[in-house]
Amino acid sequence: MTPTKGTALRTLKASDGPVPNAAAKPRRVGHRPIRSLKNGFQRLSLWRGSKGQSPLALLDGHRPMIPELGHFALALAVALAFAQGVIGVFAPGLRDARAMRAAPALALSHFLAIGAAFLALIYAGMVSDFTVENVANFSSSLVPLIYRISGTWGNHDGSMILWCFILSLCGATVASFGGNLPASLRARVLGVLGLVSGGFLLFTLTVSDPFTRLWPPPLDGAGVNPILQDPGLAFHPPVLYTGYVGFSVAFAFAIAALIEGRLDAAWGRWVRPWALLSWCFLTSGIALGSWWSYYTLGWGGYWFWDPVENAALLPWLSGTALLHCAIVVEKREALKAWTVLLAIATFSFSLSGTFLVRSGILNSVHSFAAAPDQGLFILVLLAVTIGGSLLLFAIRAPVLAATGIFAPLSRESALVLNNIFLCSIAAVVFTGTLYPPFADLLFGIQLSVGAPFFNQTVLPLTAPLILAMAIGPLLPWKRAALRPALERIWLAAVVAIVVFLVMTLRSNAVTALGLACGVWVVLSAMSDIAERIKLFRGPIGASLSRLRALPRAAFGAALGHIGFGVMVLGIAGMTLASQKVVVLNPGQSTELGGYTWTLNDIHDAPGPNYTQRVADLTLSEGGKPFLTLHPSRRFFTVQKVITNDAAIHTNGFQDIYAVFADEPAGGGAELRLNRHPLAPEIWFGGLIMAFGGFLSLSDRRLRVGAPARRKASKPVLA
Amino acid sequence: MKRYFLLLVFLPSLALAQMVTRDGVTLTAAQEQRAEAIGDQLRCLVCQNESIEGSSASLAKQLRIIIRQQVVAGADNKTIMHYMVQRYGIFVLLKPPLSRLTLLLYASPFIALLIGFLSFWLARKSRIPGPVPLSESEAARLEKLLDP
Amino acid sequence: MTNRRRLLFGVPLFVAVASGAGFYTILRRMQSQTYDPHALPSPLIGHRPPAFNLPGVANQAGFSNIDLAAPPRPMLVNWFASWCQPCMEEAPTLVELAKIGIPIWGIAYQDTPAAIATYLGLYGNPFTRIATDSSGLTAINWGVYGVPETYLIDRQGIVRWRWAGALNDAVLAQQLDPLLDQYS
Repeated sequence: MTPTKGTALRTLKASDGPVPNAAAKPRRVGHRPIRSLKNGFQRLSLWRGSKGQSPLALLDGHRPMIPELGHFALALAVALAFAQGVIGVFAPGLRDARAMRAAPALALSHFLAIGAAFLALIYAGMVSDFTVENVANFSSSLVPLIYRISGTWGNHDGSMILWCFILSLCGATVASFGGNLPASLRARVLGVLGLVSGGFLLFTLTVSDPFTRLWPPPLDGAGVNPILQDPGLAFHPPVLYTGYVGFSVAFAFAIAALIEGRLDAAWGRWVRPWALLSWCFLTSGIALGSWWSYYTLGWGGYWFWDPVENAALLPWLSGTALLHCAIVVEKREALKAWTVLLAIATFSFSLSGTFLVRSGILNSVHSFAAAPDQGLFILVLLAVTIGGSLLLFAIRAPVLAATGIFAPLSRESALVLNNIFLCSIAAVVFTGTLYPPFADLLFGIQLSVGAPFFNQTVLPLTAPLILAMAIGPLLPWKRAALRPALERIWLAAVVAIVVFLVMTLRSNAVTALGLACGVWVVLSAMSDIAERIKLFRGPIGASLSRLRALPRAAFGAALGHIGFGVMVLGIAGMTLASQKVVVLNPGQSTELGGYTWTLNDIHDAPGPNYTQRVADLTLSEGGKPFLTLHPSRRFFTVQKVITNDAAIHTNGFQDIYAVFADEPAGGGAELRLNRHPLAPEIWFGGLIMAFGGFLSLSDRRLRVGAPARRKASKPVLA
Repeated sequence: MKRYFLLLVFLPSLALAQMVTRDGVTLTAAQEQRAEAIGDQLRCLVCQNESIEGSSASLAKQLRIIIRQQVVAGADNKTIMHYMVQRYGIFVLLKPPLSRLTLLLYASPFIALLIGFLSFWLARKSRIPGPVPLSESEAARLEKLLDP
Repeated sequence: MTNRRRLLFGVPLFVAVASGAGFYTILRRMQSQTYDPHALPSPLIGHRPPAFNLPGVANQAGFSNIDLAAPPRPMLVNWFASWCQPCMEEAPTLVELAKIGIPIWGIAYQDTPAAIATYLGLYGNPFTRIATDSSGLTAINWGVYGVPETYLIDRQGIVRWRWAGALNDAVLAQQLDPLLDQYS
């Protein structure tokens, strides 16, 4: 640092504390980027100004400048991202080893730059700096601190910064934890990530800049949308975006493989943790979003086939197919072209989701304000990214040599069947979501495609999927005989059939089928584990020791399937939900679901930025009260919006759900009362799936001991 | 025992004969079920992607009332749907009617499955090469070996 | 590797390019306002308005569908309400249109006479006749799903155009003026 007027650099003395002696070894460019970062931070933290101020004190008196610093950091990030992109993609081709080692350092610097911009925007929101237009439009000083922070990404511009931040985090993670990758592959992966980041950062900087200033600043901001002032929704975008954007790593791996012309077992082993991590986050994000809409929107719905929900489901479906394909590539070196295509498709679906939400093309409850100009910019980005990658696929995919041959009945075939059904569901959801705008374009008619269509087309396709999911893990690789596999799951099949018959008599065939499918999946996953530890085939002690020795990935996979089965049980249970809309006066009761619901009274309860009317309900069964609920209606003063705060009580196997819908002019309260059997299972299932994924990730085998690369049969186009 | 069995069979229908009030209209539970089924098929036009059953908008409430009044009056489902489409167009239907223009939409699951199985089959065919047919001299040699 | 198999690898690219071209066209249309994904086509277009007979309000006569059967020149029917924000925004445009000589008849949707009178006093009164549909049932018969909505009725009494939302100069220039010329 050059000394500026008024401050003087102090030389570091031994008494200042431990400083790593960087003069001991010659510095190598790009090598050990984390170590040099740590050095840099330590030096900076020990630096003191002429009056002994800490580095952060530099900001005193300059705090209004923090958004400008953030703006500058954003611009810097664009430059660094493109540098990372160009160097990463071209250095391996030029066989420049030093340049290849620069890519991880650039990725980390790029991450720091966009991180600084992100923090600057959060800071502006925290201190309610209304000279920043984004804060003035989407925040207010009356809002609690946590929602001022989470409101950063509750609008279009801020959410783009979050998107870019997570994209850079992916690059930084590959740079830091990708030490086991060959240098050329790592450089190419970082290069692709850099180019994609650069494009989106450029979009953010030029068209949707959150750091634009507003002068004179308003006295107070327009406020955070009351719907967004909720803990569940505060976490939903970061988790979901991590899932969306995380698949960029798998995408980058696929592009790198196409450029290199080589896709082998090692590649499958390397890509699996990245795809799995993104998948876990995406599963959690979707489950969180669904749970949030369940307890917020007030009538017990949890999935609406809203276009933006579909946009999140599409990468999940192809991501699940990708995960399973990567296993086949790793174990059997087959299905290579499928895997590459799925990796490209998953990230393409993520990008298309971004595009569709922000362009205003779709009729959706989630859409940000329609902006066709921004939509065009993103469309150009998509054309380059998706078009370019698919062009590369069309040209280079035939080069990937497939070696694994498998019989029509084998684990590979079951996985292929699984993929075909997952991709068919994705195709149906994609077609249904985009049919309205395209029908208007091509035929000039305006129609709408909603939940009834999707329910009737998607649910029949999940039945064969569930069949394949249950049998697949029990089949051996390469060639299987049907009888031994059937012998292993006869118990699960029998229980499922019994459940189906019993529930058909008690309710209806569709619900019974759903419950039977859920039971079938859960029990067959357990049968898989039981089979592996040879339960009941030998002494119990031997089985237990096998259980302890079983790798975590096996549990992870079983939990993934069990989680899905539990979710199916939850969805089937919800079809038996009972609902009643009733107007009660204080003291009156009504019956629903075997319980007596009594309204005790209605009273006021003001909040920080809203006034509130609360209804007190008591539930009794057989004359004995066992539960009180307090559903409420909130009136937000700034935005003049009314929200209904549902009261939900869960015992793990059913939800009791009450909404204070309205206060009619004649007095009393209009209440919507629901009983939802097995509803919590929907989200437990999602959590179990995500947990299974995280468990698999913690398996050491995934991180260590990648198989040695085979010598390439063709000359490597490095 | 027979009494209890009969009760089990008739209990659901007894429940359906109860009177309920929804949005100020009183109707039997069976009629309410039918009205809800119709409402689930209709889009709330002032909301984004909700049906008129789940929406709290006043227009949705008005349409719900109209549907229930018509159900009580005995109109069948087709008439009520036609009433709505006549006024708001087919956009109000959450599931578009099957026609020449929506054929692609309804065929999409079948087309997707077809493409999936086709590409799998083609991939298998190219991966397992059939035996190269024998040339004439080779065929003659084979005959000689088999029939000495 | 057969040529047919090579072609198969190009299918995803083809699908992506076709979709991209489609999206591009849609976005361009949205920019020029010829396509609005949130707009509904009105089934009334090409037909006569449904039967109704609404009383007047604010000291002006109401009207019925018979009054709309054969207007001397193309006219507008504007659905509005005093509690509706975009109605206030389009009020100056309507006043201008009335000044040019285009007859505008208004229907107040789910409103009270006092509020209507106040609204007209504040934002101007471009209406030759004003009816009031306090229940909203006539609106449902017209296929009205929000306010403001404006309908163009030609000399034969047939509805030719519906605009949902506030009228602005761009809409007038691009859509209404050509139709007025066409049906004059």
